[in-house]
Amino acid sequence: MDASAAKLIGAGIACIGMGGAGIGVGLIFGNYLSGALRNPAAAGAQFTNALIGAALAEGLGIFSLVVALLLLFVS
Amino acid sequence: MANDPIHQFRIHDIAGPWNIAGYEISFTNSALFMGITVGTITLILFLATLRGSLVPSRLQSVGEMWYGLIDNMVKNVLGEEGRQFFPLVFSLFSFVLVANMLGMFPYFFTVTSHVIVTASLAVFVVGLVVVVGIYKHGLGWFKLFVPHGVPLAILPVISLIEFISFLSRPISLGLRLFGNMLAGHIVLKVFAGFVVSLTALGVGGILGAIAPMAMAVALTALEFLVAGLQAFVFAILTCVYLNDALHPSH
Repeated sequence: MDASAAKLIGAGIACIGMGGAGIGVGLIFGNYLSGALRNPAAAGAQFTNALIGAALAEGLGIFSLVVALLLLFVS
Repeated sequence: MANDPIHQFRIHDIAGPWNIAGYEISFTNSALFMGITVGTITLILFLATLRGSLVPSRLQSVGEMWYGLIDNMVKNVLGEEGRQFFPLVFSLFSFVLVANMLGMFPYFFTVTSHVIVTASLAVFVVGLVVVVGIYKHGLGWFKLFVPHGVPLAILPVISLIEFISFLSRPISLGLRLFGNMLAGHIVLKVFAGFVVSLTALGVGGILGAIAPMAMAVALTALEFLVAGLQAFVFAILTCVYLNDALHPSH
């Protein structure tokens, strides 16, 4: 296998990491929603915290996208 | 190639390049759209505050909600002493929000889809955290890396982890915005490209193009959500990081 083909495969494999970020964001919003349905009065105050958690989890997924881009475009 | 999804991010010179002190400096489309972004913010907020009436007009309500959102955020996260950072957070939020929203117009350039723009903003924010922290607390600010109540045996490891996590903040703050805008616009272009390629096949292709067309419409709605959400996330993470500068001991 030549190096450029290996790079393309590596970029594809790197994007699997985004699935982990998807699981994380789903867990955060799922748990936020189940908590919000149990106690709707307290839900509004915690929405910002849910967004912070989702943003932090999503940022780690973006790292795998960056690894893929580095593999594709950096020689 | 007509449907090259990366082509929309190309930077080209509008005027120049001029050779100034050995550097090639030119006025690019990125610079033009940064100027348009700032002009749009100024125009909207100027018109919104032009005639303050007790019962607000529609535009005045937009301005008040815009201001109130950031005002509440700064008050909740930073407290009363964080009021001095309100102009900074408001400017960052407005710039990112309007740049993201302008990028949703067809043929418009998305300023925040370039890592140099978002990384500059992020490095500026985290640099400010260090400067403000040391200015307010002196060397005591470094207690940020030494959490309270950790057993002495594992303290070096914890401090190292805290330090590395602090160093990764500008990277993650900048890359999150960049990655979201880049990936979103590429996905939009890829689905639009499906429509173009399928309609070129004839009647059957046009019928087949309905599904990617619907997907492109749905993704456009999602991208508007992401544009607003990422601006909000950028502003609130700025507040959270600035909170470390004001109150370093957890």
